[in-house]
Amino acid sequence: MAETLVKKIISSKTGKKVQTGEIVIMPVDRAFCQDGTGPLSIDGINKLGIGLKNPSRCYFFIDHAVPPPRAELANAHKKIRDFAAANKAKCIMRGVCHQIMAEEFSSPYDVIVGADSHTPTSGALGAFAAGFGSTDVAAAMSAGAVWLRVPESLGIELKGKLNKGVTAKDVIIDIIGKIGADGATYKVMEFFGEGLKNLPMDGRFTVSNMTIEAGAKTGIFPADETVRKYLKSRGREGDFRELPASSDADYENVVAEDMSALVPMVSCPHQVDNVAAAQELGDVKADVVLIGTCTNGRFSDYEAAYELLKNADSLKTTLIIAPASNTVLKRLSASPMFAKFVDLGATIIPPGCGPCCGVHEGILADGAVALSTANRNFKGRMGNPESFVYLASPLTAAATAIKGRITDPREFL
Amino acid sequence: MIKGKIRLFGDGVSTDLICPGRYYHLRGNLPELAKHALEDADKDFVKNMKPGDIVAAGENFGCGSSREHAAIVIKLAGASCVIAKQFARIFFRNCINIGLPAIEIDTTGFESGDEAEVDMKAGVVRNLTKGIERRFPQLPEKMLAILKAGGLVNYIKENSGL
Ligand code: SF4
Repeated sequence: MAETLVKKIISSKTGKKVQTGEIVIMPVDRAFCQDGTGPLSIDGINKLGIGLKNPSRCYFFIDHAVPPPRAELANAHKKIRDFAAANKAKCIMRGVCHQIMAEEFSSPYDVIVGADSHTPTSGALGAFAAGFGSTDVAAAMSAGAVWLRVPESLGIELKGKLNKGVTAKDVIIDIIGKIGADGATYKVMEFFGEGLKNLPMDGRFTVSNMTIEAGAKTGIFPADETVRKYLKSRGREGDFRELPASSDADYENVVAEDMSALVPMVSCPHQVDNVAAAQELGDVKADVVLIGTCTNGRFSDYEAAYELLKNADSLKTTLIIAPASNTVLKRLSASPMFAKFVDLGATIIPPGCGPCCGVHEGILADGAVALSTANRNFKGRMGNPESFVYLASPLTAAATAIKGRITDPREFL
Repeated sequence: MIKGKIRLFGDGVSTDLICPGRYYHLRGNLPELAKHALEDADKDFVKNMKPGDIVAAGENFGCGSSREHAAIVIKLAGASCVIAKQFARIFFRNCINIGLPAIEIDTTGFESGDEAEVDMKAGVVRNLTKGIERRFPQLPEKMLAILKAGGLVNYIKENSGL
């Protein structure tokens, strides 16, 4: 029986064949934090008092509250900037940490420790990328390692091909609906199967990003041709190393996901595993639509939404566009989409988290309903416990903005 | 031996409920942030909290965001320990790393106000009010050592590494 992808990486990095359940001290290739978790990591690093082991591989992102909406947060940003400068580490304020890591740094076989729960996004590139707390990241940056339990892996076998109107977002919402919000707690979700070839890189990022919503330690894809092409498009082909998946790896369990059987899905408040088909939701009026975030704020997500929005004259909801990085924003601004979104009255916010975590740029009113392309719909997530957040794909988001109620995008296709 | 009154919560209590995003700006001021611990799950939590109380919960406690602040505010609010049917992974790690014992046991039958004790060494939680006794497997050595040191930072300092 072959090793799971995650065991292949852990074994190669620790230099020994590891067993499920054992605690290992894991050498870390890259560590990062963001403006919500970073100040606490900095406190930890200062208490440890040994500086940064490998400053060029420590990344301090400022993305959750950019530009800062209050003095306290401006001060947090200053603390991060000053610390990074003094320690020769990178301080980055041009998009959501996960998107920038994917675009510029994460590579197959990397062990990536991020003080943000959606760190698994980089798992789409064949990295072992997991979310940790601030103190773990302080240890990773200073001591160069974290303690880790070697996890079980849940094999997710992807089959078939997505139908028109259905996206990677619907795949992961459907999987979470099936296995539950704690269906993969402590485990890794590993994707394999003939359906992989039908899931483009951006879709894989969306899927890996949301594996934490099933409780997973990370979600990992094999490093295959799709990954190589992506890295090449980013001028990083040299970072590619093949990491093949095997269908007979020692998965704890295998869940089959037939992508050709899927329809557009929605996660309903206040739990991501509270899922329904968009067409069966009934009449749910929406007030705000958010297209963006680390889950679905990539260029191809806007292209998908534009397919529907280009023919619209007006919208029935507020529309917030939150591109995941400056690279995405730059491409967006150079395309005809930008002017159309502006003409439709959309608010285009700076690359970053925006209203996703309820800090600024789109807090919801009491009783308001948002349809968001993000990954989380916990009560209060978008800043007000009296509001309601539904999650869906950029296509469903666009259809909803046009109709003013949550709408299956296939009505337009 | 840890001893205190149970403060019970249900399933799926997220870190957004434990440490709401609307207090993001207070993250640089932990004592102030801690005044809002678990506010969206029980608005009187902090008001009724006595030092040493045991926070108990159902499935998937601490799911969602990685904010270590969620574990910290529970500790600062006075909790001696957190027990739950199941913890979300990052929250569990964060508890250990800040020196707050986190124990997975079945909390069925527990109620808020029950008197309970947790014996880390023997691996048992006793609900004295209800006469319920539940065992848990000993935590791995590494985690116990981190807890004993009072958290990961102290552990690394004492051991000059991990
Ligand atoms: S976009 Fe949302 S989910 Fe992604 S890192 Fe930012 S706050 Fe977290």
